[in-house]
Amino acid sequence: MKPFTFERATSPEQAVSAFAAQPHARFLAGGTNLVDLMKLGVETPEHLIDVSRLPLNDIEPTADGGLRVGANVRNSDLAAHTTVCRSYPALAQALLAGASGQLRNLATTGGNLLQRTRCPYFQDLSAPCNKREPGSGCSAREGVNRDMAVLGHSEHCVATHPSDMAVALAAYDAQLELLGPEGSRTVPAAEFHRLPEDTPQRDTVLRPGELISHVTLPPPPAGARAAYRKARDRASYAFALASAAAVLAVDGDGTVRHAALAFGGLAHRPWRARTAEQVLTGSRADAETFARAADAELAAARPLSDNAFKVPLARNLAVHTLTALTGDAPNRPAGT
Amino acid sequence: MIPQRTATSSTLTLHVNDTAHTVTVDHRATVLDVLREQLHLTGSKKGCDHGQCGACTVLLEGRRANSCLLLAVAYDGAHLTTVEGLGDEERLHPLQEAFHERDAFQCGYCTPGQIVSGVGMLCEAAEGHPSHATSPEALQWATGAPAELNRDEIRERMSGNICRCGAYPHIVEAIEDVTDHALRHRGTAPHRTDAGADAGTDADSGTDARTDAVPAR
Ligand SMILES: Cc1cc2nc3c(=O)[nH]c(=O)nc-3n(C[C@H](O)[C@H](O)[C@H](O)COP(=O)(O)OP(=O)(O)OC[C@H]3O[C@@H](n4cnc5c(N)ncnc54)[C@H](O)[C@@H]3O)c2cc1C
Ligand code: FES
Ligand code: FES
Repeated sequence: MKPFTFERATSPEQAVSAFAAQPHARFLAGGTNLVDLMKLGVETPEHLIDVSRLPLNDIEPTADGGLRVGANVRNSDLAAHTTVCRSYPALAQALLAGASGQLRNLATTGGNLLQRTRCPYFQDLSAPCNKREPGSGCSAREGVNRDMAVLGHSEHCVATHPSDMAVALAAYDAQLELLGPEGSRTVPAAEFHRLPEDTPQRDTVLRPGELISHVTLPPPPAGARAAYRKARDRASYAFALASAAAVLAVDGDGTVRHAALAFGGLAHRPWRARTAEQVLTGSRADAETFARAADAELAAARPLSDNAFKVPLARNLAVHTLTALTGDAPNRPAGT
Repeated sequence: MIPQRTATSSTLTLHVNDTAHTVTVDHRATVLDVLREQLHLTGSKKGCDHGQCGACTVLLEGRRANSCLLLAVAYDGAHLTTVEGLGDEERLHPLQEAFHERDAFQCGYCTPGQIVSGVGMLCEAAEGHPSHATSPEALQWATGAPAELNRDEIRERMSGNICRCGAYPHIVEAIEDVTDHALRHRGTAPHRTDAGADAGTDADSGTDARTDAVPAR
């Protein structure tokens, strides 16, 4: 690890101006990704600005019935918040499907969104990687690519975004509040992460030195149910091979009124399945529709040598997740 | 002391097992490094050094955390509990006793992390934290009431602690023993508590005193 200087930010604005004064700085939140990457030599900041103690810890209802979450809210606290469990269950489920109890206690909402890919070539300084070292090449494309992207990848990068939480936020149409040297702005969660194109070094649309301050969830669509489902190599404590977050509202006559579907593990960003949503909306909420919608979305998939299995995996995840949402609603357990 | 912006080392205070230690650390040092190499508290182990194994688990302000990913410089003033702070040879923490009785280890390398993680996990459950093993029904009607821990729940909640010897079946049993104990004797579960606050309110106050080794958040 390279030596670095350190300061503790005193306010969000101060953090942003401190960053502007130090081009090789990084914000430190829970540190569970940044410190790991510093140990690997992938991240080599000269200055750390600790933002973890900034007062961005609240989970508050918004005037329109949504929820505003501070960037420093820990993943464990967000998942345990009763409003999140009840009104945004796919978010609670996504958080609880990620990492471990210890890590979720440290991981923050902001840091989770900005965690880097788990591509082994990105983490290996001896391997070419356009994301780490622009112009050096992509080792994964023709290398071990079982875990890599099937949608939206480019000749320059086939990495996936590893966050579970971000997939649920995309499906819930969350908005991210960013604070930068030029003031604050809002970006939809579903448009925050980028496709790699020819600049895979840029994971997101965040500008250098911008701080994520809050994530705002709109009120859940009336009558909607939601779930997150994740497929991985072991039952717990593993990244997604593929995952699906679904928010579904069905009218009394069995017609889909609102559908949001997002995939994880398939692309350089949480993959909001707009094509599938178009098929779903206004159609009958049944397994046939769900399969047709998933197939329409995944027709764009371009699997690599070792990851063709992800296409049927994602299709089945989508169909099963949506189907489960049309079954009986969860019964209220006795005593609650 | 306020860390010096120009320097690459800082002087800070860590409260470890209720003792304040003022140390000067290189900014690159993790809490795990400081515990082991500067404070000579070698109970916390370095397994992977990347957050993947849980051998380094400590309680940070009462919550379990991987100390290999905590840069010490960022934790000036923090309160930490390591396995050394849970119990000692004369008076083991109930979970330490359960690991001993159930033979919940082979080489023992993962054990301190398992035990500290188990204590932290029981606190989380007492505070009503759900898990990936929690049913959608229970999640949908979440009230924040203490979570019931069956074997699936214990396995899921302990998945951040890897045991290369594969002692998992006994580890789960040991934790189950303490859970059962906790259910039978309300108040004996290690939970967020101010030292002594519960003492004397329970028939088992002798063992309660030990579980109070878990600091308040
Ligand atoms: C073994 C292991 C298993 C894991 N498994 C999973 C998993 O299954 N699913 C999953 O989703 N995740 C998983 N994770 C990743 C984990 O969720 C992330 O490391 C964590 O969410 C990052 O949050 P943090 O607060 O620790 O971020 P940090 O490490 O502190 O920061 C990450 C990045 O975000 C930047 N940053 C932090 N906060 C802000 C802010 N407010 N504004 C602007 N920039 C900011 C930092 O500068 C840094 O670049 C795993 C991690 C490990 C080590
Ligand atoms: S040493 Fe910290 S998790 Fe392995
Ligand atoms: S007892 Fe050997 S690693 Fe767990």
